[in-house]
Amino acid sequence: MFADWPLLSLVIWLPIFGGMWVLLSGSNDRAQYARLIALLVSVVTFLVSIPLWTGFERGTAAMQFVEKGEQAWIPAFNIYYHLGIDGISMPLILLTTFATVLVVLAGWKSITRRVAQYMAAFLIMEGLMIGVFAALDAALFYVFWEAMLIPMFLIIGIWGGERRVYATIKFFLYTFAGSVFMLVALLYLYFQTGSFSILDYHAYKMDLSVQILIFLAFLVAFAVKVPMWPVHTWLPDAHVEAPTGGSVILAAIMLKLGTYGFLRFSLPITPDASRELDWLMIALSLIAIVYIGFVALVQTDMKKLIAYSSISHMGFVTLGFFIAYRIYDNTGSYDGAVMGLEGGMVQMISHGFISAAMFLSIGVLYDRMHSRAIKDYGGVANRMPIFVSFMVLFAMANAGLPGTSGFVGEFMVILSAFKANFWYAFFAALTLILGASYTLWMVKRVFFGEVANDNVAKLEDINKREFIIMLVLAVMVLLIGLWPAPLIDVMEATTQNLLQQMMTSKL
Amino acid sequence: MQSIYLWIVLAPLAGSVIAGLFGWKIGRAASHWVTTLGVGIACVLSLYVFKYMVFDGGEPYNASVYTWMVSDGIRFEIGFMVDKLTAMMMAVVTFVSLMVHIYTIGYMHDDPGYQRFFSYISLFTFSMLMLVMSNNFLQLFFGWEAVGLVSYLLIGFWFKRESAIYANLKAFLVNRVGDFGFLLGIAAILMYFGSLDYATVFANTDSVRDQTMQIFNGSEWSVITVICILLFIGAMGKSAQVPLHVWLPDSMEGPTPISALIHAATMVTAGIFMVARMSPLFELSETALSFVMVIGAITAFFMGLLGLVQNDIKRVIAYSTLSQLGYMTVALGASAYAAGIFHLMTHAFFKALLFLGAGSVIIALHHEQDIRKMGNLRKYMPITWITFLIGTLALIGTPFFAGFYSKDSIIEAVGHSTIAGSSFAYVSVLLGVFITALYSFRLYFIVFHGEENIDPHAREHLHESPWVVTVPLILLAIPSVFIGYMYVDSMAFGDFFKGAIFVAPEHDVLGQLAEEFHGAFAMTLHAFGTLPFWFAASGVFVAWFLYMKRPDIPAMLKERLSMVYSILINKYGFDRFNEVFFAGGGRAIGSLFWKVGDQKLIDGVVVNGSAQTVGVVAGLMRHLQTGYLYTYAFAMILGVLVLLGIFVL
Repeated sequence: MFADWPLLSLVIWLPIFGGMWVLLSGSNDRAQYARLIALLVSVVTFLVSIPLWTGFERGTAAMQFVEKGEQAWIPAFNIYYHLGIDGISMPLILLTTFATVLVVLAGWKSITRRVAQYMAAFLIMEGLMIGVFAALDAALFYVFWEAMLIPMFLIIGIWGGERRVYATIKFFLYTFAGSVFMLVALLYLYFQTGSFSILDYHAYKMDLSVQILIFLAFLVAFAVKVPMWPVHTWLPDAHVEAPTGGSVILAAIMLKLGTYGFLRFSLPITPDASRELDWLMIALSLIAIVYIGFVALVQTDMKKLIAYSSISHMGFVTLGFFIAYRIYDNTGSYDGAVMGLEGGMVQMISHGFISAAMFLSIGVLYDRMHSRAIKDYGGVANRMPIFVSFMVLFAMANAGLPGTSGFVGEFMVILSAFKANFWYAFFAALTLILGASYTLWMVKRVFFGEVANDNVAKLEDINKREFIIMLVLAVMVLLIGLWPAPLIDVMEATTQNLLQQMMTSKL
Repeated sequence: MQSIYLWIVLAPLAGSVIAGLFGWKIGRAASHWVTTLGVGIACVLSLYVFKYMVFDGGEPYNASVYTWMVSDGIRFEIGFMVDKLTAMMMAVVTFVSLMVHIYTIGYMHDDPGYQRFFSYISLFTFSMLMLVMSNNFLQLFFGWEAVGLVSYLLIGFWFKRESAIYANLKAFLVNRVGDFGFLLGIAAILMYFGSLDYATVFANTDSVRDQTMQIFNGSEWSVITVICILLFIGAMGKSAQVPLHVWLPDSMEGPTPISALIHAATMVTAGIFMVARMSPLFELSETALSFVMVIGAITAFFMGLLGLVQNDIKRVIAYSTLSQLGYMTVALGASAYAAGIFHLMTHAFFKALLFLGAGSVIIALHHEQDIRKMGNLRKYMPITWITFLIGTLALIGTPFFAGFYSKDSIIEAVGHSTIAGSSFAYVSVLLGVFITALYSFRLYFIVFHGEENIDPHAREHLHESPWVVTVPLILLAIPSVFIGYMYVDSMAFGDFFKGAIFVAPEHDVLGQLAEEFHGAFAMTLHAFGTLPFWFAASGVFVAWFLYMKRPDIPAMLKERLSMVYSILINKYGFDRFNEVFFAGGGRAIGSLFWKVGDQKLIDGVVVNGSAQTVGVVAGLMRHLQTGYLYTYAFAMILGVLVLLGIFVL
């Protein structure tokens, strides 16, 4: 029924225009009005995005819901307004529309200053992020990619904590510096092919040395976003300073843009370079998992701890993406490679929910205590039993407990990595111990024990609004954990096709 | 049958969810009713399944319930495999769980977390059933981790206590070390068998048995050996084998009913069950079997010794559990899986009985756990006393009691085993019999006989526990006496587990023993002339002599042998080592990576360094921008000269 609607354009532009509406409508004295419109817009956007899931055809790797202008958008450079999604991008778009609703709700009470601007920033960012996932034209992609930085820059810079200026500048320079390299790569490809179509790039043949340069250019851009070790240090700072909603979007969606880039650009455009440099990717991924896991262990700030934990979990995504070639070297076939790719993709989605849940939970505490330091807490379970029940669930999901979504991706990647090399699986599986250690140690210190001080004694349990946020996240975390089949079904055809592209040499 | 199996697992789950989510609304009584009813249904149906499988000769069941996911052409299913091994485990788990549910009504009567507790133990029952009924490795791992989760929640049930939340974190993390190996084992199975389904894996052992893999460059390992050892590392965590045993004594911080249910009767035996289930794999690797046997023997003997110096009633029993788990593991290593599982079953009854008896004592004395503040309790608590004595007799292997048949089968089997390490294991389990009798009767005499050291305040209210506590004790005491005699014939030496457990002909020690076996009664009579009996008897005698006749000797020994005593009281230093080396080491590495790696090198040198470089360079360049016309004119002239110079030359 929705087949002939321009659904992708709708989910991109609805929140952007909605955000402008919020922006225009609200001065500070009409904050409630701004909140309500923002909620309305985000919910409608989420509802509009649902047909993308239900109407998605499972068996094909072709782009769906394609929109391409008859005329070029910018004829001089052959740039088209070209949108379309496949099994990789569709779940990410739903994750985005879902997370934005939660973010609007989460900022309901805690944001009292410039409410309209705050809400508008998130709505506009939602549209831009969906644009990144849906764009099939590289120039369009790049525009969305860079535009997205602006609202995030403002969110951290205006509603952030004490060191927000340092954090925003670091965030901006890091990511911007990375993107410039991508721009160069895209321009090169344009001059070679005369097109900005990403799908054209997929088919374009190149020498190995050229591929390697392009691969590295992409790598710089995407690695910063993921973030991969050693270009990860902007993330903990950004998270710590960002308001809760900013952290949620940053962790749940923005980090995925980097890994999405590997799937959409690096692997299919430069398969031979990917094969040549997979050792680098695997090494960086394993360093992220193990090194960052240890770093997370000693954090004293809850948000920093979860930020580091995010980096460590994203290591599984990149590991899953780049082990295919090693599996072939080790076993002589690509069996198991698809599982690695899908495991990485599931991990992206799962981490979206879990990191959102973790940051929202910390936000719940921060709203009440105005502290993120672990030492300021203790015995919260005495005062907030319902909240702590949710929190323990999310913590277990973060530690990868089977039955939660956190397990699925890690499990698939470890199974796949074992086929490539025993030691890859060995180091990756260390997360079982490390992840449990840093997460549950924090849980112990913050939630259990006697009431630590008077501030904790005054805590009140979560209200209805917070309860609903926690509940939907808990449902998603358990649903994916207990029955991941539907999620993997939508990815299957696309992943198979991606593996074909990765296997096919372009030399 | 599928609907019956679904009922068995879903009834406890439903009870758990209702009590957990709506317990605050429906109240305490409704919560314990709904959970007990759920587990009751599971228990009745499990007994029916047991009857169907064992007496009616029912066919094993193996089918999937739903597809968890399909990735890369591999189906990951949730499904049930029920054969006699499963049926026995189901019956034991649900029966002990039901007893514990009833017991909890009395034990936790005044606890504010009443509903939460019932929700957890029902959730545990569900998880444990999923574990034993699984027909594939994925679900096994699900159940494996789920019981770990519930164990974590229950050890830390009293979350205000620092010691409890320390213990539950420790338990979870140590188990995770085991799971780390277990998960790698599962990955190896998927890689070499292409499936996680038990039946498929066991059917394809022939194609894998001769394959090798390289872990370190240049050394070839048998794939089966690697798989078995990795899986066994999982079992070492869950079944608390040295050196991953450290969490179990600390887990006693949890309420006593769960010590009985989880940390004695069921969860900790999951590792034993798993290895028995994997017998078609373990049978192919004598290296793995040796490894299993040696670890088990070390646990059986050395953990028993620690029970001698403990003064906390629950910890004594906990070390006894460790030691008995060691016996089961030794049996697995000797390929006497059936004997190990048999001991698992008898142990479940008498050890649950002992823990619940200890709990009965603990509540009667207002949460006093120190045996030095007990004594002569038989006068006040006759039912607890008699049932505890029955449990103790069963534990030390007194002929006619359940523990005798299972333990004797293990000792005999190890004696006949030819696998490397079996002579060491034989000596360990034999000496272990003496130690078991000694610490068990030490506990028994000090608590129920001897001098009365009870706090006078507690004595005023001292009386036998209510019926909800004593009835489970009596119901557990019955199988603790009879179940061994009834099943030794079929389980240990018969074909009870035929089709479920596979033993290679060259390892079949139980088969050899079966030829000399002439019925349970003959075995019992024969026992009076064997070493284990006299070891046990002398253990009891020594305990009587030391703690009843001459109570001054233990104190003297403690001084004379202070070195030995200090080793034992420090538990061989495992805790200290882990605390310093792993916990401390992990934090030190974390700090190093964070403070030096992230902050000094990456941020300090690279990030802020490049920012500073830009600043410095800009600062230098700024001097060139003087704003005076003559400076620029001078620069231009210089430039022209240089260009000219290049041209001319």
